[in-house]
Amino acid sequence: MTLNVMKTPDARAETPDPKIDASLRVPLLALFGGAAFWLVVSSVLAMIASIKFHAPDFPAHCPWLTYGRVQPAADDALLYGFCIPAGLGVALWLFAQLGRAPLRGAIVPVVAAKLWHLGVVVGLAGILSGNSTGFAWLEFPRAGSVILFFAYLLLALWAMMNFAARRERALYPSHWFLVAAVFWFPWIYSTANLFLVAWPVRGVVQAIIGWWFAGNLLFVWLALVGIGTAFYFLPKFSGRPLQSYYLALFAFWTLILFGTWCGIPPGAPVPAWMPVLSSFAAGLTVVPVLAVAAIAWHTSRGSDAPSLECGVASSLWLEKSAHRADTTAHCEPKGGPFCFIRFGLMSFVLSSLMFIAMACPRISRVTEFTWFGPAQTQLQLYGFFAMTMFGAIYYLLPRAAGFELPFPKLARAQFWISMPGVVLLVLPLAIGGVEQGMKLNNPNITFMDATKAMLPFLRTSTIGLLLILLGNSLFALNIFAMAFVWEKSLVKKAFAVVTAPLERSSTSASLPSSPGFDGTRRRDKEVQA
Amino acid sequence: MKNGFWIFLAVFVALGGSWCGFVLAPELQLGGAKQTTTLNSSDVYPVGRPGEANQGLSVYRANGCAACHTEQVRQTGIACVMTLTDAGKNPEAVTNLISSLKLTGLTKEEADAASDKISAAGGKTEIHIIATGPDIARGWGMRQSVADDFLHDNPVQLGSLRAGPDLSNIGARADANWQLLHLYAPQSVVKGSTMPPFRYLFEVRKIGREPSPNALKLPPEFAPPAGYEVVPKPEARELAAYLSSLRATVPLYDAPISP
Repeated sequence: MTLNVMKTPDARAETPDPKIDASLRVPLLALFGGAAFWLVVSSVLAMIASIKFHAPDFPAHCPWLTYGRVQPAADDALLYGFCIPAGLGVALWLFAQLGRAPLRGAIVPVVAAKLWHLGVVVGLAGILSGNSTGFAWLEFPRAGSVILFFAYLLLALWAMMNFAARRERALYPSHWFLVAAVFWFPWIYSTANLFLVAWPVRGVVQAIIGWWFAGNLLFVWLALVGIGTAFYFLPKFSGRPLQSYYLALFAFWTLILFGTWCGIPPGAPVPAWMPVLSSFAAGLTVVPVLAVAAIAWHTSRGSDAPSLECGVASSLWLEKSAHRADTTAHCEPKGGPFCFIRFGLMSFVLSSLMFIAMACPRISRVTEFTWFGPAQTQLQLYGFFAMTMFGAIYYLLPRAAGFELPFPKLARAQFWISMPGVVLLVLPLAIGGVEQGMKLNNPNITFMDATKAMLPFLRTSTIGLLLILLGNSLFALNIFAMAFVWEKSLVKKAFAVVTAPLERSSTSASLPSSPGFDGTRRRDKEVQA
Repeated sequence: MKNGFWIFLAVFVALGGSWCGFVLAPELQLGGAKQTTTLNSSDVYPVGRPGEANQGLSVYRANGCAACHTEQVRQTGIACVMTLTDAGKNPEAVTNLISSLKLTGLTKEEADAASDKISAAGGKTEIHIIATGPDIARGWGMRQSVADDFLHDNPVQLGSLRAGPDLSNIGARADANWQLLHLYAPQSVVKGSTMPPFRYLFEVRKIGREPSPNALKLPPEFAPPAGYEVVPKPEARELAAYLSSLRATVPLYDAPISP
């Protein structure tokens, strides 16, 4: 019996199909352009929030900039502004690549992307003007949520249509994770909005549904998209197939079966069976986390198998040693997208273990209500998901756009700025959180002393946020420059069509013109020489 | 898994299961919850908040107070203290019995067993239940928070971070006037407070013909320039009313304590 599966991405693809990449160019620029903008906005907002730990009086007269509004706005800008559209863009590209089918009707995802970003504008303005719903991770007021929901449905519909129209019928493990994620979000988002905002349920049931939603979005959805993406790129970078197909299937099933029950804190003022069940599920979630770690470890370990990807290397950024591909099989890129994705996977394992630890009643007694929680969330959102997305976007956007990153050095620099940024943000908060928890559990230490002891940690984390802001700006610079170059090429093309002599107009219009394309080819040849 | 349908089925099974468990089941169990009565009395609990306090909850939500404050008290256990109320007809036997027994820091079972022994000897006892735990020792509450405490709140603002103290019982610790001073200038009442001031909830205005009766009586270093006064806007008064209404001190079946 032969398995109807792909063991490596692109196993049956002889050459990359330029039509597939071209069909995704505009939707991806629309999704990632807005995402890059919100990424910078989120880190600016997080900086404003963090300054309050240095100077609580800083803008005391401005309701828009009070901590309780800016902090959730920063978190939501990162999650809804960057993570979700970036994840959807990467999913669209992966579906098209794995299925070898160009995206049809690309105008709809473009409109949906604009609509999504409009929803984020409305939502953030709502939070900052005091119209937050008051539920963690669901603060966007109703108008914003409705726009987001419909934008998501449009994007999901197009992703699924592309998935259904795939020419390569066999499924790759990334497919399971990404298709599951596509279904996951509308279900949890509509449930949470209907039962919390539209027709609110009574009392603590609100809190329970809020925890269920947050757990399913932050833990499961992000994991599905991030791990699905990583499973596509790991074999590409290491040159060996995913180790192994069955372990990936096992990780997928255990992740969706156990992960979805996590999220209700052990000390919650709800009937005891709920936190007990949730803690039990969190304990079982160790299984998929370790399975993902094992897959990542065995797949990314150097291997002697000939590298598929390097054989079809283009001049694009990642394959710095493309010319070596046919002579040496070893393909271990030292910089670039692989660094981001490897760091993302490490953060996934660590942040998931922190998440599971917080569900353990004994540990939760110390860590609950402390800065350990925000540390875990930041590691999950930024350290794992955003970093994985950076790697994927740096890899795929030049291919989709058809020309190089305008500033490849800045992309490389971003890793060495964002990575220490994450460490400096998360580590002080996590360590300080544990110390804060132990102090709060000792009633002989006054609350003021416990809070004061946290301040040095919070102030150190501001440095981490500053680095992240810088890293995000570098990312945005590259993405914006790409969008600008592409728009310039559009204008040039149109200009060429308009000014071309009549008899040659048909040929000049069909030229694949993209500035920088030829230049980079030449530069690469020089490098190789 | 061979095609999209199987993946959809997987999602349906996994997410549908947890949806039934953590959305449907809690709604069935608690969604129709009604007011309960307090332990050993017929008082109804919780009574709704007064109108101004209810509007204060929306000020609390709008300004994201729950980003730094929780409204849930944790309890690690209970301790029983037994007192003798009546020595009965044979006081000496009871006294002898008592001297051989432990009377404080008992579990409920130990207290009941000791109580049975003493009543067999003819004495009468009272058992006081005291909640224990660091939150209780800090004076943040007399017992743990339970589902009943949040019946009327919309949205329920449990919070998840204690950058500031727990507020479940702040109404029992501080009055509305203190709240207003604290909101305008936290450092004026709590030295070294890290809370950002909420000056936009107040109006600094020239004193008219006579000073407003609502004007804050601030210590000199926080007071406005001479001839000006600080008057709380309606939002500030509502928020202070809400905070003053926060108290969960009555004993409940789910969280028994002795008043």
